[in-house]
Amino acid sequence: MSRFVKPYGDTLDDGKVQLSFTLPVEWSEAADEAARQLAVRMGFTDVQVADGRAIAPGFSFFVVYASTPQAVDLEGISASSARTHAMTMEEIDDFVIERIGRKIRVAGACIGTDAHTVGIDAILNMKGYKGDYGLERYHMFEAFNLGSQVSPEALVRYAKEHHMDALLASQVVTQKGSDIKNFTALGELLEAEGIRDRVVLICGGPRVTNRLASELGYDAGFGRGTLPSEVAAFVAVTLADRLRPAVLR
Amino acid sequence: MELRIDRSGVERCRALAAKIVAPVEAFIARHSTVSVERAVLRLLGVDGVTGDQVPIPNALLDAVPAAVWNHGVALAFGRALAETGLDPAPLGEAIAAGRFSLEQFSETPPAAARGALRPYVEAALKRIGGQREVRERKLAELPQLPPPLLYVIVASGNIYEDRTAAVAAAQAGAQVIAVIRSTGQSLLDFVPFGPTTEGFGGTYATQENFRIMRAALDEVGERLGRYVMLTNYASGLCMPEIAAMAALERLDMLLNDSMYGILFRDINMKRTFVDQHFSRMLNARSGIVINTGEDNYLTTADAIEQAPAVLASQFINEEFAHRAGLPDDQIGLGDAYEINPDLEDSFLYQVAQAQLAREIFPGAPLKYMPPTKHMTGDVFKGHLIDAMFNLTSVMTRQQIHLCGMLTEAIHTPFLGDRALSLENARYIMNAARHFGDEIVPRPGGIIERRAASVLQSCETLLEHVAAMGLMHAIEAATFADVSRTPDGGRGFEGVFERAPDYFNPFEEALCLIATVS
Repeated sequence: MSRFVKPYGDTLDDGKVQLSFTLPVEWSEAADEAARQLAVRMGFTDVQVADGRAIAPGFSFFVVYASTPQAVDLEGISASSARTHAMTMEEIDDFVIERIGRKIRVAGACIGTDAHTVGIDAILNMKGYKGDYGLERYHMFEAFNLGSQVSPEALVRYAKEHHMDALLASQVVTQKGSDIKNFTALGELLEAEGIRDRVVLICGGPRVTNRLASELGYDAGFGRGTLPSEVAAFVAVTLADRLRPAVLR
Repeated sequence: MELRIDRSGVERCRALAAKIVAPVEAFIARHSTVSVERAVLRLLGVDGVTGDQVPIPNALLDAVPAAVWNHGVALAFGRALAETGLDPAPLGEAIAAGRFSLEQFSETPPAAARGALRPYVEAALKRIGGQREVRERKLAELPQLPPPLLYVIVASGNIYEDRTAAVAAAQAGAQVIAVIRSTGQSLLDFVPFGPTTEGFGGTYATQENFRIMRAALDEVGERLGRYVMLTNYASGLCMPEIAAMAALERLDMLLNDSMYGILFRDINMKRTFVDQHFSRMLNARSGIVINTGEDNYLTTADAIEQAPAVLASQFINEEFAHRAGLPDDQIGLGDAYEINPDLEDSFLYQVAQAQLAREIFPGAPLKYMPPTKHMTGDVFKGHLIDAMFNLTSVMTRQQIHLCGMLTEAIHTPFLGDRALSLENARYIMNAARHFGDEIVPRPGGIIERRAASVLQSCETLLEHVAAMGLMHAIEAATFADVSRTPDGGRGFEGVFERAPDYFNPFEEALCLIATVS
C-alpha cells in the first residue's frame, strides 16, 4: 500500500520547506524577485522571500520559505545500512572467538593526500567515539592505524604483507571528487593484486553512505556518527559468513 | 576579567621550557637542511623551474653531492657568482640547464665568494625590510578594526576563485585571509611554481599565488580604508622557503609551529626543528606574526584531557620562537574551542583555558581556532556553537579569531557560509565588546579551579619532558599520543651536519640585526 509524505510545516501535507542560497547579483528589489522566480522554477508554490540582503558587492543572500507539491511514497523506498548487527564489544569478542576462532586483523588509513584522521582515529584508536571503544581495545581484533596520507598502493601492499582480514579506508576531503577517485583506486588495486575477495573492504567518512559503498564495490560504507562497535560487528559477521563454507569443508 | 593564577607555577613552566629547548637549540646550531639551503638560494634571487617543472633551487641542490651542502650552498654559489659574473637568476638557470656545475668553481677564496654574495644578500634584506615598512605604513594609514581580528579561510584550489572569495570576505568584514594549501603540500619537498588553478582542499602556496592575493587584498584594503592581512602556511617540509617567499611578498601571518609537522604529518623531528628555527628568524625580520598549531591536540583527542598539552606546547613554542628572535607580539600562540558541547559547563572550561593563556602570555597575539570536531550536518546547532566560541574569544581578548563555519562538517565554505559566519562574529563581538572587563570569575569557582588544575598538570608534563629530553619525549608519545623516532619520518635525508666553515649569509646577517636591535 502506498504511503505518500510531504514536508510538514504546521499542517499535514502543507509541503513547507526552507531554502537559503546566494545569488551572484547586487542586492535590489529585483534580486528578491529573481530569488522568488527561481524558487517557482524549482517547482515550489507559495514562495515567500523572507530575507534578501547584500552579503558582498555583487552577491546577495536569500532565505526563502515555500511549499512543494511533490511527495514521495515511503513504500517504494529502501535505504541500505551496514549498521545492522547491534552488538557490544564483549558480544563481538565472544562472537569472534566462537565463529572465527582467531583474532581479526584490520588495517585502516586516511588514503590519498587526505590528512584528516578524525574518522579513522574514532573507529580504531583505543579511546573510540562517544564512549564506544575503538577496535584497538577489542581482544579479538588486531587493529593497525596507518594514519594519514597513505597511498592506496601502500595500503594494498600493507594488506598483502601483513595478511589483513579487513581494510578501512577513510576520506574526509571530498573536493572535486577526490574521495571517489581514491576509493576507486583502492578497489581496483585490490582486484589487480587478486586479493579483493580476501578482505572485507570498508569505506568511511562524513559523506560516505552504504549506497555509495556498494556502487564502488565495497562491502560497506559508514557515514557520520558511526560507532566503532558498528564497524567491528559488520567485519566480524561478514568474515564469519565468508569463512563458513571453509569450515563445512 | 582576571583569574588568580599561580605566578610562580608559570615561572617554573617557563624555566622548564627553556631547559627543554636548550639541547634542541644546540642540535639546530650544528645542522642545516635542504630546505634552509633552498631558502638561501631563493633569497639570493634564484627562482623558476626547469623544463621538467623542478624548481631551480631544488635542481641546484640535487645536482651536487651532500658534501657540498655541508659548507652551505651559498659558499659554492658565491664562488660561481664571482667566476661567471652572472646574476643569481641567470646563474641558477644556467646551472640547472647543465651549462655549469656548482662544483667546478674552486678558484675563488671564501672571502671573495662572500663578497660576491654580499650585494644580493643586502638587496634581499632591503626588500624584506621594505615590505615590513610598507606594512607598517599601511597599518597606520588604513587601521584595522579592533581585535579579535576576524580571520577566514579560502580554499577553492584555484587562486583566481580564491581571490574573488577573499575580496568578498574582506568586504563582509574579514580582516585576515588565509589561503589554505592543497592537501598534501606539506609533504612536498619543493615549492610549486607559478599561478595555480588546481588543488584539493586548498590552493598551492606559490610565490606567484602570494603575489596575486597580496595585490587583491591591498586593493580591497584601500577601498575599505582598512588593511587586510594575508596568511599562509610555513609548515611541512618547506618551512624556510615559504617563510622566505612570504617575507618577499609581504604576507602578514604564517602558520608556523615547532612540533606540528612532527606529530601530525610525520615529518622528521630533526628536520622540523632546524627548519622552524631558520623560518622563524626570517619571520622575525619580516614582521610576520606566526600562528602556532595547538588546536591540533584538541581535534585529534579529548579537549578536556589535552588542555595541559596545549599549554605545554604554548610554552615550548614561545621558547623556540624567542630563541629565533621573535618578539612576543609576533608569537600567535594557538588554542581551539573543541570541548564537547554536550558536557555540562563546557563553556566555563573553554573560558578557563582561553583566559589562562591570555594571562600567561599577555604580549602574545593569541590565535583562537573554532569548533570543528563536534560540528555536524546540523548547521543550526553549529551556528550556535560558533556563537559561544565568538563570545569566549571577545571576553578573553583573543587576538586572531578564525571564524567558525556553520557548514564546517559539510563542505569547504561557500561564499554565503562565510558571510553568515562573519555576521555571527560581528554581532556577538559588538554586543559583548567589554563584557570581559565587567566580570570577575568567582574566586575558587569552576573557572578558576579548572585553570589552576590545567596549569598544574602542564607543569607536571613539562617536568616529564625536561627529564626525558624533547626528542625522546616525542618518541615516548608524550604529545598527542603519537610516537615519532628521532631519525624516522619524512625529510630526514635532507638534514645534514654543518662543516666548520659552514656559511649561511642570511643567518649571519639576521643574527647581527637581532644583536644590534
